[in-house]
Amino acid sequence: MAEATQARKVPGSGMVAGLWVTLSTMFKTIFRPGSHLATVNYPKVKETPVPRARGVIALDQEACTVCMLCARSCPDWCIYIEGHKEEQPPATPGGRIKVRATLDRFDIDYALCMYCGICVEVCPFDALFWSPEYEYSEVRMGEMLHDMDRLQDWLTTVPENPGLEK
Amino acid sequence: MDFLTDLFSNFFVSLAGKLLLVALMIPLIGMALGFAEMKLSAKMQARVGPYFAGGRWGWAQLIADGVKFFQKEDLIPEQADRPVFKLAPVLVLVGTVSLFVVVPFGPGLIFRDLSVGIFFALAVSSLTTIGVLMAGWSSANKYSLMGGIRAAGQLIAYELPLILAVVGSVILAGTMSMEGIVQAQIDAGYPFVVLQFVGFIVFMIAALAELTRIPFDMPIAESELVMGYLTEYSGFRFLFFFLAEFATMFTMSAIAVTLFLGGYWLPGVPESALEFAGPVILMGKVFLLVFAMIWFRWTFPRFREDQLQSLAWKWLIPLALVNIAVTAVFKVLL
Amino acid sequence: MALDQDLVRHLSETSVSVSLETPNMTLNIGPQHPSTHGVLRLVARVDGERAFDVHPVIGYMHRGYEKLSEVRTYPQITTLVNRIDWVSGYANEVPFIVAAEKLMQIEVPERAQFIRLILTEMARISSHLVFMASYPLELGAATPLFFALRERERILDLLEGVTGGRFHPNFNRIGGVKPAYGSGSQTRKLPQDLPAGFFAETRDAVEHVLGVADEIESLVAGNEIILARTKGVGLLPVDVAVSHGVSGPNLRASGVAFDLRKVESYLPYHRFDFEIPTGAVGDCWDRWWVRLAEIRQSARIIQQAIDGIPSGPLQAKVPKVIKVPKGETYVRAENPKGEMGYYLVSEGGQGPYRLKIRSASFSNISILPWILEGVLVPDIIAIMGSLDFVLGDVDR
Repeated sequence: MAEATQARKVPGSGMVAGLWVTLSTMFKTIFRPGSHLATVNYPKVKETPVPRARGVIALDQEACTVCMLCARSCPDWCIYIEGHKEEQPPATPGGRIKVRATLDRFDIDYALCMYCGICVEVCPFDALFWSPEYEYSEVRMGEMLHDMDRLQDWLTTVPENPGLEK
Repeated sequence: MDFLTDLFSNFFVSLAGKLLLVALMIPLIGMALGFAEMKLSAKMQARVGPYFAGGRWGWAQLIADGVKFFQKEDLIPEQADRPVFKLAPVLVLVGTVSLFVVVPFGPGLIFRDLSVGIFFALAVSSLTTIGVLMAGWSSANKYSLMGGIRAAGQLIAYELPLILAVVGSVILAGTMSMEGIVQAQIDAGYPFVVLQFVGFIVFMIAALAELTRIPFDMPIAESELVMGYLTEYSGFRFLFFFLAEFATMFTMSAIAVTLFLGGYWLPGVPESALEFAGPVILMGKVFLLVFAMIWFRWTFPRFREDQLQSLAWKWLIPLALVNIAVTAVFKVLL
Repeated sequence: MALDQDLVRHLSETSVSVSLETPNMTLNIGPQHPSTHGVLRLVARVDGERAFDVHPVIGYMHRGYEKLSEVRTYPQITTLVNRIDWVSGYANEVPFIVAAEKLMQIEVPERAQFIRLILTEMARISSHLVFMASYPLELGAATPLFFALRERERILDLLEGVTGGRFHPNFNRIGGVKPAYGSGSQTRKLPQDLPAGFFAETRDAVEHVLGVADEIESLVAGNEIILARTKGVGLLPVDVAVSHGVSGPNLRASGVAFDLRKVESYLPYHRFDFEIPTGAVGDCWDRWWVRLAEIRQSARIIQQAIDGIPSGPLQAKVPKVIKVPKGETYVRAENPKGEMGYYLVSEGGQGPYRLKIRSASFSNISILPWILEGVLVPDIIAIMGSLDFVLGDVDR
């Protein structure tokens, strides 16, 4: 059973120990700033987030089949999808006409998004990806609704898989 | 040169010059010490401190803060007592500025060498107590009232150790004039802190309490009372309090240096050089004491009000009285 | 002009009372206040500096979790639930998922259980470091804040490296932890097993956490002012604590060696060797000390868990669309703030029929009217801080 420390024997030595901690931190911060700082000088210095960080969601429009699974599983219902069916010419002459669902609208409202990742997880066609980008704050809340093309642009920021622990 | 000497021998011109100098020094010293506090406290907490204002060192941060305070809206709560509310910061600042009068920066470099210099300083520093009480009462805010009441108890309680701690040095010097005390230390060859160590410690603790700095900042108590008696003050009026705190830090440290640490004199410096080296030496010693005050503020938590009071009444005042008695006895015998 | 005799007699008989009337003041501490850990309102009647008749007014942060859970599926509720006690995000998800797994009677693979345990202990260290940061700040010392939060950043970075979220990991799924995405045809999709370098970074972070625990101890623990402010303040006897439902470090500080990690089996704690720190009398000092000791014990558990983690699947075999069978169950866990419990009633749907959340801080602050009777106003702050509650946990 861990016991609590008692007050020190010499009265005042606890305060002196505290003073020593502060003073040594001060010297460490002045002379060896890299090791000990609690803060970084944003925006001059930016910390890179880890590859898995949930910054923003990117969309691959080609892979999306408008199955609506992501919109249905979002806890906030912040994904707005509209699509239509397009007929495509058959691959070989005389073959069947293929019908393909195409996206008209795919908006994610980041003012509502909880960054939970359920949409990315349930997509069966790997159309949604996480990207660690986080600097997209806006002045007006209406601009937090990212439309299809903006989401496609985020795709370039999705990192490669760095590998797993053995 | 003769023209200038003749000009300044005129009483009114020299008075105007001294007033101007004091008016300039207060904001400058306030800003310099405020900046020192920001940077030093940041280093103690493993942060960087002001960085962007004015280039890499952030030296313009306090100037920017001053401008910011100036241009803020003048808010007075509706139910506040308006004349008292407006007068309170003025009183606090007047108390601080008056202390500047008797700080000796060098031999002859004192605004007015009163023959009761230290007595005057202690009397005038009590004006801040009244100012604080007025601020707490007139804010029409329960938190401010609590801060003001706590301040009343604390500041009055710590006046006594402040005064009594000084007496030992005065006995050793034989005079109450500030220049006279420094001269007595020069004549004796050692700063009075050697004999008056207890008095020095009591004075520094009482000075911290008079400034309501941590560990004695119950009247402000940021985590309990939002800002205590300062809660409703914003903008220009808050700047008065802010400057007053740092300027009082400077003057209290300067008085401590004068009384105990030898003032503008260092053993080994010839007297002829003291005209120019004096202010520098004084600033150096004051900076050491101010550093200690900043160091204590960011290391220790705050005392509770009853612990504060028992520290003052049960420990500091008896210690100071014993100090006076022992000093007087030794002065008579030796 | 002679005075009326009756008037003179009346005047001589009237006694003038010169005792000053000092009426009590009703002070509202909060809801906006630097030290109430959120939007807690304490209505206190103070007589000078002494408070009596303090009662808390809660509900300023009620977000309706239990109602929200009625219309959401299990993964969606996992997302919501880690926002209850936002300081220790991961620890809120675990008992909820364990409750659902109990109803489905699934066996969770060992590797998933170990990962859950490691992340829960990290959440515990994170929560206690926030306490180490904020409690001295309420007493006036501003410096331990930065030391504790600096090391907490390492823990949060580790959590982010595994789950993608620092405060809201959303990493549990029924049957285990989140597995790899879909079919993985794109190499950019990241599977959710532990990332490369996790073990080395965790060991490093644990070293730093133990170092900062020592640093905070030397800065705070022996300090005479802290001892004067916290020793003997806010004594909580065991019977009062138990009758009010106080749990967690607050209960252990009063001397009861009761830790749900040793009693319940929602995670494989029985495989690890750790102690339960207890206090002596249950004052603020003991509550602070117990949390510091718990940081060290959690670091110990993490070190053992990393050394012994088995390999294997991350999630049990579960159908794509999970429907939890009918039933009801109650699972309780040792959260950093105390005992957290989920009472899950399922009618066989994709989401629960009713989810009742027993949160630790709600019961912990029920002690406030008792413990704040007759204390000085600065002690109110010290005691409230030492109970370490979060309003999200109180109001849900």
